Amino acid sequence: MTAVEPQRSGRALRPDQVDLRIDLGPLVLANPFVTASGCFASGQEINRFYDVNRLGAVVVKSITLEPRPGLPTPRMAETPSGMLNAIGLQNPGIDAWMANDLPWLQRAGVPTIVSIAGKTAQEFRILAERLRGVPGVIAIEANISCPNVEDRNIVFACRETSTKEVISQVSRVATVPVFAKLTPDVTDIVSIAATARASGAAGVSVINTLLGMAIDVETRRPKLAAITGGLSGPAIKPVALRAVHQIHQALPDLPIIGMGGIRTVEDVVEFLIAGVSAVAIGTANFTNPLVAAELLDELPRWCAARGIRSVTELRGDLRP
Amino acid sequence: MSSIVSRGSTPSVQGRSSGPLRGMCEVLATRRVGAYQSITFVAPEMAERAAPGQFISIAVDAAGTLLRRPFSIFSVSQHGPWAGTVEVVFDVIGPGTKWLAERSKHDVVDVVGPLGKPFPLPAQPVSCLLVGGGYGAAPLLYLAGVLQQGGFRTDIILGAKSQDRIFNAIEAKRLSATAQFTTEDGTLGTQGRVTDVMDRVIEQARTGVIYACGPMPMLAAVAHVARRHRIPSQVAVEEAMACGVGVCWTCVLPYAKKDGVQNLRACVDGPVFNGARIDWERLGLGEVVEAPPLPDPETDPNVELRP
Repeated sequence: MTAVEPQRSGRALRPDQVDLRIDLGPLVLANPFVTASGCFASGQEINRFYDVNRLGAVVVKSITLEPRPGLPTPRMAETPSGMLNAIGLQNPGIDAWMANDLPWLQRAGVPTIVSIAGKTAQEFRILAERLRGVPGVIAIEANISCPNVEDRNIVFACRETSTKEVISQVSRVATVPVFAKLTPDVTDIVSIAATARASGAAGVSVINTLLGMAIDVETRRPKLAAITGGLSGPAIKPVALRAVHQIHQALPDLPIIGMGGIRTVEDVVEFLIAGVSAVAIGTANFTNPLVAAELLDELPRWCAARGIRSVTELRGDLRP
Repeated sequence: MSSIVSRGSTPSVQGRSSGPLRGMCEVLATRRVGAYQSITFVAPEMAERAAPGQFISIAVDAAGTLLRRPFSIFSVSQHGPWAGTVEVVFDVIGPGTKWLAERSKHDVVDVVGPLGKPFPLPAQPVSCLLVGGGYGAAPLLYLAGVLQQGGFRTDIILGAKSQDRIFNAIEAKRLSATAQFTTEDGTLGTQGRVTDVMDRVIEQARTGVIYACGPMPMLAAVAHVARRHRIPSQVAVEEAMACGVGVCWTCVLPYAKKDGVQNLRACVDGPVFNGARIDWERLGLGEVVEAPPLPDPETDPNVELRP
């Protein structure tokens, strides 16, 4: 690629002059970088590489009411510029998580967004109740779009009615803002986002993985034990940007956490321009455990070189 | 040379004062070893922190690939003109390993490590049996060097399909009291499998602990023999991993804990596990056997292993 002179909107700045703070409705984060649920565990593993409390927030791997053993292996298959996973929400359950994982997040001062997943709207509500007033928990992300479930009927985010049921129950009891995590595997993601907002969501997380599949041609068997799994990585970035764009155009005031194949600072900026307030780093953590910290260092340099004083200047600034 | 050394230990190494690091590491050498490929990196900090059983994960840049590839550490050198190196051995099985095999001296490669838990060493002066399959011999020869330095009697059994897939027989002989080889085609040593010669070695060497690395069916068979002899086994597993650092939950295997069988991550809870506690049956590799109660390094003082 040839070097292109950065387009300056003002005089070049020093990186430390760039304001990274963003707001997600009622929530203000120190910077737009969060982690995608299921790609960062509960923070401690990556904290071996850098202080994860530097991130705007950590979105933890989805927690369910009861412990879940997850699906059999193989749980992963690499695909062109992407990967499929079928983990099946393996997690220790809310009680063990609160006893063993949450205290570390609190001690380390990590702004924590807890991803919750349930089989019924009632389970979601109970989980949200358990998180009422818990120090360090700044938001709840309702994972209503995990593709790795036995019954596709419980991909709540595939229907407006089930989205409404879950999000309204969670919002009613939650003491922190609620974000609805949406799937792109729908005909009209805007109507689901609008339903989530009308049901009390403070914002939406867009997108979860796409349901996909891979086959071993020698054995003629699926590469995943669960047959299908969630596709993530750079392969899905255009789909994610499209979903963000559609939602932001229709609902410009709705805070969006954008995710899907973000790996470089240009990817981050693309999502901001499409209309997100924050970006979640997912599969890229697998390739480079330091990626979120590196992007956090790079974004102010990118903005400074172009005279951009605040990352919020980029938000939704898509030009014709 | 000084520029090479400084590039191998550049400020691009990121991480903490202990634990895993990420570094842009210069390739010092690549070589063919029988059917396998070896690659050595200049990586002084990783060499200093590594222990047998741990692995490194390497970013490969082959078309369409996305994920790092994990490799058991075969050897480290902490001294000498290169100030510290890490060597891994692998088989070319796909686009990622093909890309890695094509690296040349002075290429710079993105490496994360050392990762995972190492082999625990015996707390008492027991006789150790090391059983390796294919290039699974690599981490065991690293372990054998450490055991030799610690004054432990070490016996080694290496098995493979054929002679060119027995990794480093000379080193195995040098590092052991006895070394046995088995090949399925009979081109080296005993024709058959590692388990065919284990009983004899265990009896002669009065083996107190068994270490193994290789394909999962071999590890299951070795763990089974260990159980039969009531000897603790520590096996290093090879599982498909997306991240290698504990966050993706893809590399799990069923493991018996106090409160039942749990799916543990090979990358951070392993790759070394107590062979008696892996639920081989659930993996489709179990045999129904009448086994005596298991000696357990976690509770039995006679087989205590130091982490």
